[in-house]
Amino acid sequence: MSALSTKAANMLRITYLVLLAFALAAPFLGLYPVFVMKLLCFALFACAFNLLLGFTGLLSFGHAAFFGSAAYVTGWFIKSQNWTPELGLLAGAVAAGLIGLLVGLVAIRRQGIYFAMITLAIAQMVYFVCLQASFTGGEDGLQGVPRGKLFGVLPLESDISLYYVVLAVFVACFLFISRIVHSPFGQVLKMIRENEPRAISLGYNVDRYKLLAFVLSASLAGLAGSMKTLVMGFATLSDVHWSMSGEVILMTLLGGVGTFFGPVMGSGIVIALQNLLADKVGSWVTVIIGVIFVLCVLAFRKGVIGELQAFLERRRNAAKAASQQT
Amino acid sequence: MEIFGIPLQAFMGQLMLGLVNGAFYAMLSLGLAVIFGLLGIVNFAHGALYMLGAFAAWIMLDQFGMNYWFALVLAPLTVGILGVIIERLFLKHLYKLDPLYGLLLTFGLALVLEGVFREIYGVSGQNYNVPDLLAGSMDLGFMRLPIYRAWVVVISLVVCLGTWFLIERTRLGAYLRAGTENAPLVQAFGVNVPMMVMLTYGAGAALAGLAGVLAAPIIQVNPLMGSNLIIVVFAVVVIGGMGSILGSVITGLGLGIVEGLTRVFYPEASNIVVFVIMVIVLMFRPAGLFGKEA
Repeated sequence: MSALSTKAANMLRITYLVLLAFALAAPFLGLYPVFVMKLLCFALFACAFNLLLGFTGLLSFGHAAFFGSAAYVTGWFIKSQNWTPELGLLAGAVAAGLIGLLVGLVAIRRQGIYFAMITLAIAQMVYFVCLQASFTGGEDGLQGVPRGKLFGVLPLESDISLYYVVLAVFVACFLFISRIVHSPFGQVLKMIRENEPRAISLGYNVDRYKLLAFVLSASLAGLAGSMKTLVMGFATLSDVHWSMSGEVILMTLLGGVGTFFGPVMGSGIVIALQNLLADKVGSWVTVIIGVIFVLCVLAFRKGVIGELQAFLERRRNAAKAASQQT
Repeated sequence: MEIFGIPLQAFMGQLMLGLVNGAFYAMLSLGLAVIFGLLGIVNFAHGALYMLGAFAAWIMLDQFGMNYWFALVLAPLTVGILGVIIERLFLKHLYKLDPLYGLLLTFGLALVLEGVFREIYGVSGQNYNVPDLLAGSMDLGFMRLPIYRAWVVVISLVVCLGTWFLIERTRLGAYLRAGTENAPLVQAFGVNVPMMVMLTYGAGAALAGLAGVLAAPIIQVNPLMGSNLIIVVFAVVVIGGMGSILGSVITGLGLGIVEGLTRVFYPEASNIVVFVIMVIVLMFRPAGLFGKEA
C-alpha cells in the first residue's frame, strides 16, 4: 500500500467519524428525527442492495419483496403478537432471509438481465400474496404498529430514543457490510463480479457464494423494512410494490454503485427530494425521479460518490505526473 | 352442460378471456424479443408504449373525432415514431455497455411516461367504445362470442405470424438476424446497421402501440395499464426463452389460456399462476421452453 492510499484511508476514516458525530448530534441540530430515521432505513436498504449489485454484480429487481415482507412480518408480530421491538426486527430480517433463500435458489440459475427479470417476477408474486393474505390488511396495510419497549424495558415512544436505536442498528449493519466486503468471502464475490468463469475455473462454488450474498442482502434489506415499520408505525403495499425495487436501484445508482457511502448518499438525495417536492409538485415527483434515472444511466453511471472518487483519482495522478516531471 | 362442475358458458367465457390476454402477452413479448434480439436491450418501457398506444387511440377519438380504424393505423405509427426518437436520443449511447444499463434507462423512461400521463389524466380509466362494426356478439350454440374479442385474437395472430415471417423468411429478416450476430460485418457489406437498429426499435414500439389500441375497447384506458402488464410479459419472456420469436408467441397465448382457466377453478391464484409456472420452468429448463442454452 502506497503512502498516498494510506493517507486516503485516514481521510476516509476521519470523514466517517465526522459524519457519525454529526448523526449523533442530528436531533439537537434541528433536524426532524423521524425524517433522519426514515432516511437511515432507506440508506440501510440501499446498502444491502449494493452488497449484491455493487460487490457481487447481481442486479436484483425484486428487493422490495424483502423490504416489504419484512415490514409486514415485523408489524404483525409487534401489533398482533405483542412481541418486543428487537424480536420484531429479528423476525422481519429472518423472514426476509428465508424468502431470499427461496428466491435466490431460483434466480441464480440465470445471469444478467434474466436474473433481473426473474427477481422482478418473483417479487411481483410476493406482492400479490401480500395483497391477498389475511394478516397484511390487504389494501389498507397494517396501521398503528406500536413502537413498544426495547427488551421489554426501554420505551421507544419518544422520537429521540428510537432515533439512537435506529442509528445504532444502521451503524452496526454498515460496519457489518464493510466487514463482509473486506473479508476473503467478499474478495470472492468481487472476483465473481469481475470474471465469473475464472472464479469457476479456480474451483470456487460460485452458485453457493452468490446464494449466500443474496440471502445476506435480502436479510439486511428486510431489517431495513422492519425498522421502517417501527419508525413509521405502518406497513403498506407500497413497501412491497415493484416501484420500491426501482427506487432502491436509483438510490444506489445515483450515489455510486460499488462504493461504500454511495448508497447512503443516494438514498439521502432521493428521500430528501421526495420530502421536499411532494408538497410542491405533487405526483410530478415520479417524473423527476424518472428523469434522474435516465440522466444517471446516460451521463454519470458512477454516481455522485463514484464520480467524486474518479475525480480525486485523476487529480492525484496528475499531481504524481507533475512531481515526476520536476 | 358443465365441465368439472363449471357451467360451459362460464368456462368458455374465461377461456376466451384468457386467449385475448394471451394475444396481448404474445404481441408484447414478441416486440420485446425483436428489440432484445437486435439491440440487446430489455425494453422496460414496453408497457408504457403499450399504454401510449391506448391513450393515442383515445385522444384521437376524444380530441379529433378520429374513429377506431384511423387509430388502428395512426396510433401505432405515432408510438413507432416516438420509439425512433427514444432510440436516437437515448438508447444508441448504450449499445456497448452492459445490457443492464438499457434495462435501467428504459425503466426511467417508463416512469417519466407514466408519471406524465398520470398527472394529466389521473388514475381513473377512460372509456373507449367498441367500434360499431365489431360490436355485438355471435351465438355459437355453446357460448356467446363477443365479436371484438375474436377480432383481437385474429388480428394479433396475423401480426405475430407476419412478424415471424418477416424475420425468419425474408431478406430483410436475414439482415436483421445477421446484424444481431455480427454488426460490423453486416455493416461492411453495405447494410446501414444503425438505421436498421433504429427502425427495429420503432417497429417494436409500434407493436406495443398496436396492442394498446386493440386493448383500449376491452379495458379501461389508464396510465398504469402498462406497468401492471409488463411484469407478466417479462415472466412470459423468461418462460419462453428470450431468443425465440415463435416461442414468445406460443408461450404468450398458452399462458393467457392457463391464466384464464385458473380464474375458473381457483380465482385467488390467477394473478400469480404465471409466476409459479415461471419458477417451475426455471427449475427444469433454465433457458426457457424455447430458448437455447447459452
